[in-house]
Amino acid sequence: MIRLQNVTKIYHNGVKALTDVTLYIRKGEFVFLVGSSGAGKSTLTKLIYREETPSRGQIVFDGKSVSRMRPGLVPYMRRKIGMVFQDFRLLPQKTVTENVAFALEVTGASKREIKRAVPIVLKMVGLTGKADSYPDYLSGGEQQRVSVARAIVNNPILIIADEPTGNLDPETSWDLMKLFLDINRRGTTIVMATHAWDIVDAMKKRVVELSCGKIVRDEQGGAYRHEA
Amino acid sequence: MRLNAIKYYFREAFRAIFRNSWLSLASVGVVAVSLLILGCSLLLVLNAGNIAANLESSVEISVFLADGTTTGQILDMGNRLQAMPEVAQVEFVNKRQALEEMKNNFGDKKDILAGLEEKNPLPDAFRVKTHTVDQVAPLASRLESFAGVEQVRYGQGIVEKLMELSRWVRAAGVGTMVFLGVASVFLIATTIRLSVFARRKEIGIMKFLGATNWFVRFPFLLEGMFLGLAGSLLAATAVYFGYYSLVGNFQLSLPFMQLITDRNVIIPMLEGLLVLGLAIGAVGSLISVRKFLKV
Repeated sequence: MIRLQNVTKIYHNGVKALTDVTLYIRKGEFVFLVGSSGAGKSTLTKLIYREETPSRGQIVFDGKSVSRMRPGLVPYMRRKIGMVFQDFRLLPQKTVTENVAFALEVTGASKREIKRAVPIVLKMVGLTGKADSYPDYLSGGEQQRVSVARAIVNNPILIIADEPTGNLDPETSWDLMKLFLDINRRGTTIVMATHAWDIVDAMKKRVVELSCGKIVRDEQGGAYRHEA
Repeated sequence: MRLNAIKYYFREAFRAIFRNSWLSLASVGVVAVSLLILGCSLLLVLNAGNIAANLESSVEISVFLADGTTTGQILDMGNRLQAMPEVAQVEFVNKRQALEEMKNNFGDKKDILAGLEEKNPLPDAFRVKTHTVDQVAPLASRLESFAGVEQVRYGQGIVEKLMELSRWVRAAGVGTMVFLGVASVFLIATTIRLSVFARRKEIGIMKFLGATNWFVRFPFLLEGMFLGLAGSLLAATAVYFGYYSLVGNFQLSLPFMQLITDRNVIIPMLEGLLVLGLAIGAVGSLISVRKFLKV
């Protein structure tokens, strides 16, 4: 479903973030991207949803070239991708329901569709009771659940999560991972950049390790650190 | 475009206007003042053009005839002049009438001219008016070659100066208008930029949620257009009432100044101001949103 072919990314300031990366991710996979800060994990995710374009190489998502896509088509591609960030990126002046509804609103969905879909996903993430609360009155774990609800309300085929547990305590992180597992079981592909080694080790999923902009390891059921 | 989206655009635009109500008011004021000045200079240009046209149309050619031209020749020439397409009006003044006129012009000192009746030195003449001022010079030179014509005179120099003046007024007016137009675009752009800046985080979120650029842009476009329209409505109203009260006073005190009062001229001009206000708002907001869309 996602194919990166010999992708190199050099930023305008000359920083070489990725060097000749080739990666293939199948539909329904759960992939951890690991590696130290600055290894290129974030750049890789940004290239997939085209916040950045590669300096060299090709990226294909859902059968279409992301790197050569007309700018006008990028929004429609992004509607197939749910994004979850470390800093949640919720709108403080909107309630939980409104934040989730926003993902549908920007695609021009009708009031009826929104009214139907939002309670379903809030129930899925266990926030039905907080529907009318504002993000600032929620805990970090709850806020991240809101952003997960927002990411899945569009029925995306891919979820990209950039260090989703980075601001959460270990117990909350585990609850969130269970949620991601649940979403993955329903067939949604998940690509997650993370530093949470305990989670990676316990989940036994595919692990792609980046170091200095290169893929140095790619193994099924791997651990955070390569066992020598 | 779907109805839900349209409702969303209007809701967001009006929210933004009232969220920054002071700033919105300020930019409405700025647009109003700019367009007010614009409207005034436009009226100035229109009136200058009108007055120039009036003066132009009063320029006439005097065709002096040689002594001894027969009545038959005079009648013949009168018919030829009347048949010319560029000629608007022909008047024949015989030497006796010319002398009377001259005496009238001299007023109290007409005694100077006493005794000229017996040996009147003034020639018979035709006074010819053309339709437009640029027909004056070529016609004059053609008339010089006519048989029996001794001399052709018209306001040489004055006509050229007049045309130059009206061109200059027009150019200055257009210059002022362009300058003010650009200034108002930038002021609206600043207002919208603050509005965009306050919502840059929201715009970023919209973009990764898959909003199209037009979806992001539209509320700001509406906001700008609304501010522009509100400003231009104020300006158009002020220009309309201000101008007609001015015209009323002018016609009492300076009746020879012929100002434009035709509503068929003034109303389209005010409509133009409204369209311009909308355009200023639209362009201003598009300029501001542009750089925030690159996510």
